[in-house]
This record gives sequence, structure tokens and C-alpha cells, in this order.
Amino acid sequence: MLKLTGVQKTFNKGTINEKKALNGIDLQLKEGDFVTIIGGNGAGKSTMLNMIAGVYPIDAGKIILDGEDVSRSPEHKRAKFLGRVFQDPMKGTAATMEIQENLALAYRRGQKRGLRWGITKAERQRYYEELKMLGLGLEDRMTSKVGLLSGGQRQALTLLMASLQKPKLLLLDEHTAALDPKTAAKVLELTEEIISEHRLTAMMVTHNMKDAIRLGNRLIMMHEGRIIYNVGGEEKQKLKVEDLLEKFGQASGGEFANDRMMLA
Amino acid sequence: MSGFLLSMQGAVSQGVLWGIMVLGVYITYKILNIADLTVDGSFALGGCVCATLIVNGGWNPVAALVISLAAGLLAGAVTGFLHTVFEIPAILAGILTQISLWSINLRIMGGKSNIPLLKADTIFSWIVDTTGLSQSMVSLIIGIVVAVALIAFLYWFFGTELGAALRATGDNEDMIRALGVNIKKTKMLALMISNGLVALSGGLVCQSQKYGDINNGTGAIVIGLAAIVIGDVLLGRLRSFGSKLTSAVVGSVVYFLIRAIVLQMGMDANDMKLLSAIIVALALCVPVAVDKWKLRRSYMEGGN
Repeated sequence: MLKLTGVQKTFNKGTINEKKALNGIDLQLKEGDFVTIIGGNGAGKSTMLNMIAGVYPIDAGKIILDGEDVSRSPEHKRAKFLGRVFQDPMKGTAATMEIQENLALAYRRGQKRGLRWGITKAERQRYYEELKMLGLGLEDRMTSKVGLLSGGQRQALTLLMASLQKPKLLLLDEHTAALDPKTAAKVLELTEEIISEHRLTAMMVTHNMKDAIRLGNRLIMMHEGRIIYNVGGEEKQKLKVEDLLEKFGQASGGEFANDRMMLA
Repeated sequence: MSGFLLSMQGAVSQGVLWGIMVLGVYITYKILNIADLTVDGSFALGGCVCATLIVNGGWNPVAALVISLAAGLLAGAVTGFLHTVFEIPAILAGILTQISLWSINLRIMGGKSNIPLLKADTIFSWIVDTTGLSQSMVSLIIGIVVAVALIAFLYWFFGTELGAALRATGDNEDMIRALGVNIKKTKMLALMISNGLVALSGGLVCQSQKYGDINNGTGAIVIGLAAIVIGDVLLGRLRSFGSKLTSAVVGSVVYFLIRAIVLQMGMDANDMKLLSAIIVALALCVPVAVDKWKLRRSYMEGGN
């Protein structure tokens, strides 16, 4: 489904701000894999997701998505494969447009947009049903502007938008980090539901190690632009937070894990 | 008194014809969220193309308007090209096109800065001749017909898949790119449609005033912004997209009425641009000032 080979990315090359963000990433995902990704700040987690999505061009290596080499194709061309939810709840939706309009935009992801009407009656019915499943009461506010929703509601909506047109790969970039704990739990619950219901292949960056262990069938730890730990199957099931902290400690040369990881 | 009424009627008809330009500005300023300064150049371009084709080329006035529109589309495409392909900031890209259009307009008119259409046929003179109505009445009727048709067209277009993608481009680029839209194309399209409308308006104003002039568009963007602001103040409570477009044209009419009134009151016509700029500046300053004032008022030492 996804194959990364030797992916490298350096930001601000040749300046004093040079930052090697990805340092030779090799990774392979099978259909239906749900990978959680952990690592300290600046480890390259978000960069890896952004490189897969094509937000920035990569310096070296290959990205194969669903059998197609997309290493050099622009972001909007890769969109047909990808569902994405960002850390910032404001980033995934258009605030001045209606809830149903946002859904209609997402429903046409990767398709040619022409002069047909932007939203059909049959779609509205479908959106109503889908919104109802979120259990947030949004189905009765379909013509409300998204800007009126809370961060959690917007994030739940973005999640629905990402799965409306079944993606080959769902990219979740710390999508609950900006939410309060209760809302974060709810959005995470929705995430699980949507992934299992549509049997999606997914990658989720998180700072919560318990979630990283509990969710998905594979766990990746990153450090300084490298994947330093990649575990699946039974071994992952048996993992404990302490194991991860120890791994992380080894990797960062005995230093303690950063505050956010300690708190997790 | 009748002189006053007549000038008001003239103001309304000018307001409607310029209102078509305001629709164009609305697309870039309100929907795409950029102030496109190409407008000053493309408005004059529409007039110059129209005047040259009618007077020097003996063209049919309607066909001349179609070419004006096409010239505007092209001008918008140049700004769009500079902005999207070479990532020049939109304001600067617009200024570059605007400045170059001044020379181009002069070339189009064969080196003359003004071409009168006094003896030539225009769509307005046709209808004046056949119906016997007054010039400003005919301007008003044609203006309203064209404006209504364009509002209907824009309402339809921005409801389509492509139009919705364009609106989303102005709202949230990250999101719409992630949904597979090439925002270079949508921005380009918006700038083209916008400047097409502006040039069409320039052509219509040229035909109704019976001259084309390279200075006709100077300050057009500010008039456009002022009209949008006025329309927003007057009809901002209406939320549907159609009424927002209508309020842009209504804002233009009110702008020209204000202008006619202050001129009647003896203000120097040359001060009008200053007044327009003040209207826009105030409209941009007031919300910020009100917010700051509210913030200061809501602060209470020691809490509540």
C-alpha cells in the first residue's frame, strides 16, 4: 500500500538553520495496517506525513502509494489517495462555508471538478446520515457555517470528510493534540470507529504513548529523522509505556524523554 | 430641482454600470481574499479596447464589449500567471500588470490618450434612438439588465463544483489542496473572471460616457472597495450569496449617489478620490478600533 525507501529531507539546506528532518526513512505498510507513530519534538513524525502527502518535495528516495510512484507529484495530485486530519482544527475545514458544503468538497476529493452543481439532493441525505453517526448533533446544522463549530466538532467533521471518499491511506497528524482531554477522547473514539468500519490503512502521530500502544497493529518510534523502533503483532500488544520510555532514553543517549512524553 | 434629480438619476445609472466592476472586485477581494490592483488597468483596458474597436474599427458595439471582456480575462491571466507560477505576492503582481496596461492601453488607442465616441453608434445610442428614452434612463436599464444577468451567472457558477473549490481556495488553501484542488488554477480562474467583469464594465462605461480614456480606471480599485464596504454596511445582514453580490452593486449605486450629492454641494471633483480613500480606510479601521475599545472596556482592575 505504502512503501518509503531512503526518503530524505533537509530544510534550509546550506544555511545556519540547516535541519535534517528525515534521514533515510524506509517503511512499508500493508493494506489495513494502522500504524501509530511516536517520538520527541523534531523527530520527523509530522515531516514524514507531510512528505507522504507531498506538502514539500523530498530530497532523495522514493514514495510508492498504491503501486504508483508519487515521489515527485504535487500535493493536489496525491490527494486522491489520502485522507488527512491536521493538528490544527482550523486547518481541515473551510470556516466561511456550510457544513454540507465542506462535506461536498471532501466528497469530490481526487475527482475532476466541473460545472455540475456543487452538492446534490442525494448527497445531502447521505451527509445527514453520516453526521448523525458522529453523535454531535451536526446533522441538524448542515447549513451552518463551519466557523461556528468548536475545535472538537471541526476535528470530528474533518475526520468524516477524510473518510467520505474512502482513502487508500489516512494520515492523522496529532489530530487530538489541540483538544481538551474529553473532546480528544471522543475524537479518538470516532477515529477508531471510522478506521475499523471502513477498514482503512492509517498512520497516526501521537504524543500519548498509551494510545500509541492500545491502537493499531504497528508502532513506530522516530528520533532525529530516523525510524529507531518498528514493532508489530504480539510484541506490540505486550508493550508497556515504560518499555517505550526506555527505548527512547537509549536512543536519545540517556537523556530523559521530553516533558510531553513523560506526562503521557 | 429637476437638475438635481437628473444628476441623481445619472449617478444611479453610473453606479449600476460601475457596479459590474464592483462584482469583479468582490470576487478577488471577498472570495479570494486578495486586493487585486490589476483592476485600475483592466477597467481602462475595457474602455480603450471598446472605443478603438468602435471608432477605428467600425465594430458592432456589442461585439466590441465581448472583446473588452476577453481583454480583461487576458489581463487577469497575466496577474494570475505572475502570482501563481512565479509566486509574486498578489498585490505586487497586480501593480505590475496595472502599470504595464497603462502603456498597452496607450498603444491600443494608437498613442492617443482619449478617443471620443460622439458620432459612433453605441448600445446606448441604439436604444435611445429606437425608444426615445433619455440617455441616463437607457444606461440604467442596460446596466440593470447586465448586472442582474451577471449576478445570476455568478450565483450559478459559485454553486458549481468548480465554483465551490474556488470559494474554498479563498477560505483555506491548505484544506482545499489536501482535497485535490490545484489552487494555482482556481486562483488564475478567479483573477480572470474578476478582470473580465471589470473590463466589461469599463467598456460599458466608455459607451455610456461616449469616450474611452486611459485615465478612466485610475482609483477604480478604491471605488470598488468603497462600494463593497458600503454595500456590506447597508445589506450585510443578508446572508445568501445572491444578496451579497447584489449588495456589491447596491453599494456602487450608493457610492455614486454620495458622490453626486457632495459634488452638488460644491465639493471639488478632484477631491473625490480622497473621499473614496477615506471611506475605505475608515471601513477598515472602525472594526479594529471597536475591537480594541471593547477589549479595553472589558478589562477591570481587580476583576469582577
